Amino acid sequence: MLKDGHTVSCLDQDPESHARLEVGMDCAWEEAGGLFTVGTALEVEALEMAGIEKADSFVAATNGDNTNIVISQIAQRRYEVSTVIARILDPLRAEWYREQGLETICPTRVAIEMLEDRLRAGFADVNARGGEA
Amino acid sequence: MYLIVVGAGKVGVNLTRELLQQGHEVTLIESSRPRYLAVEQKLEHAVHYGDASELWVLERAGIERAEMVVAVTGDDEDNILICQVAKEKYDVPRIIARVNNPSNRPHFDLLGIKPVVSSTDLILRLLGHEVPHQNLVHLLDLEAEKIEIIEVRLKDDSPIAGMKVGDIETPDRTLLISILRNGVGFVPTADSELQAGDDILAVLDPVQEEALKKVLGAGS
Repeated sequence: MLKDGHTVSCLDQDPESHARLEVGMDCAWEEAGGLFTVGTALEVEALEMAGIEKADSFVAATNGDNTNIVISQIAQRRYEVSTVIARILDPLRAEWYREQGLETICPTRVAIEMLEDRLRAGFADVNARGGEA
Repeated sequence: MYLIVVGAGKVGVNLTRELLQQGHEVTLIESSRPRYLAVEQKLEHAVHYGDASELWVLERAGIERAEMVVAVTGDDEDNILICQVAKEKYDVPRIIARVNNPSNRPHFDLLGIKPVVSSTDLILRLLGHEVPHQNLVHLLDLEAEKIEIIEVRLKDDSPIAGMKVGDIETPDRTLLISILRNGVGFVPTADSELQAGDDILAVLDPVQEEALKKVLGAGS
């Protein structure tokens, strides 16, 4: 997103995560237009320091489904961010919250679909070869 | 009544035990295996193992027929999520959520999770009651119902010290309901005389708090 010319502000509770952001980059994260704030997602001060009040989009992608669900709703309702996306690993929770109007990405569901496609392609291959024999 | 309690920490376990003793049907849900096994020794089949933020775990515990869900885990996000799902997906009529970190309280309010219980707030409130230099304490706040009960200590220079209750012009929607003096409380009549050092309990509409404080001489 930085390469597209957007400003990306990253909030993480681990100060060390900053180094990971710069992996594969040829300049500093900040030089490329990035921002970095240390704090936890439910801390209002940290969110505001990271610039949530002027954000056009908000992505909640911590390693906790419930944290992402709660923080996305805060971004939607309290800060009225226009695009809010939550990463939810649990397919059932992702589905219900999607029905409630939260935009969700479920990596588990995506991985299952990819695996199914790959396996089906494999079966089709085997069947095709079986037919020739 | 059938209740689901989530989180088998000290609060959850003791609450479940009390509720069972009162004759209620209770299921306690705990997501840590070692803790579940320890608690199961005492509470047997009343405790389930599982992560209550997963919908199927709640369904297995019979959330569709639960009349109340109490979320008292040590994680505020989990408590919010469990209560939100209970209320909005399964139409559970009553919920109670525990707030671990008082600064998260606005998030519970924002998402309509109430009532909430916060042990930190309770202790602060009790401290306010015990420590004399705090001259106004909130004893009860029913935000939705717009009713609160406050306790105010009358200072030596209070304009109403020495006055009779019936002569005090209290603001609309406020009522003096009790006087605590020398460790004894009583319900005043119009003839009761107020003294400096009295603790006065009043019930009121929260918007009238400043007006009442002014009358009682307990300016902020």
